[in-house]
Amino acid sequence: MPGGIYECLSLIAERITANKDYLTELDREIGDSDHGINMARGFSAVMEKLTPEDSDIGAALKKAGMTLLSKVGGASGPLYGTAYMEAGKITAGKTELTPSDMKAIFDAAIAGIQKRGKAVKGEKTMLDAIIPAAEAFSAKIAGGADMVTALEAACESAREGVEYTKTIIATKGRASYLGERSIGHQDPGATSAMITLEAIRDFYRGA
Amino acid sequence: MVGIVIVSHSWKIAEGVCDLAREMAQGFEGLIPAGGLEDGSTGTDAQRIADAIAEADSGDGVVILADIGSAIMSAESAIELLEDEGREINAVIADAPIVEGAVCAVVEAAGGGTVDSVLKAAEESRETGKL
Repeated sequence: MPGGIYECLSLIAERITANKDYLTELDREIGDSDHGINMARGFSAVMEKLTPEDSDIGAALKKAGMTLLSKVGGASGPLYGTAYMEAGKITAGKTELTPSDMKAIFDAAIAGIQKRGKAVKGEKTMLDAIIPAAEAFSAKIAGGADMVTALEAACESAREGVEYTKTIIATKGRASYLGERSIGHQDPGATSAMITLEAIRDFYRGA
Repeated sequence: MVGIVIVSHSWKIAEGVCDLAREMAQGFEGLIPAGGLEDGSTGTDAQRIADAIAEADSGDGVVILADIGSAIMSAESAIELLEDEGREINAVIADAPIVEGAVCAVVEAAGGGTVDSVLKAAEESRETGKL
């Protein structure tokens, strides 16, 4: 694994920033055209707060979460912010993660997003990418797979989840005002969740 | 005295609602705006809301009024941030429109109301017709 939590969060920030216009364009179709702008602003603030000396995964995730709560501005702020903070609570003091730690992070993040957003799977939200990803990850590690293999399966399921969001009606968030007109469009939050997971996968691949 | 926090995506809305509501209760100091982001752009900031709640609280609790979209989630996050810091503030979010709710809440708070009665005053404003 090349580096620690600082490098992993740097890669997430880099990917979110690289996809800023793409995420905003998806949000223009069914939302308020700010998802990419908000996420890029949030992650640039996260990287200003962190240094390569931040090696405690729990502390770094908590710092990232608090920054996202404050700097993103839109609904993805409290949602991702809570997810990172909940993940941080269960990884305090750790400097590396086992696959079962990563499963616990998935579970904590999902519980945090559900607590905050009161959404379930199938409502055209980030959960439609993250929940199938977590299920695929758990199934792989239960079969003895290593971190990279399990993350690869998770990303595949996240991508399928993003595709699935094109087929369903939004019932949460700004897109819910569009009703049936939201069909055919992929959810920006599910997309940023997939981008995050792919960054984590690539971090573990050493890419 | 119960404090009141006005959460809006817009700094101007939050400030403006406070200006308007203060006219109903001259000298009431527990009404604090939490609008927009630190850099002035539109959005909600849980840390800014948490700071406003702490400022509004005089020990008797705080009622929060919030506008659309992420405002409620950010207000909930702000309450949790304060809990995580070990601050014991009885902060509740009103299910109420922010302009009418703020006016009714300020009148009740300035008259010595409790968190429950201020919350009720704010929420009842929803049912007041205009025509």
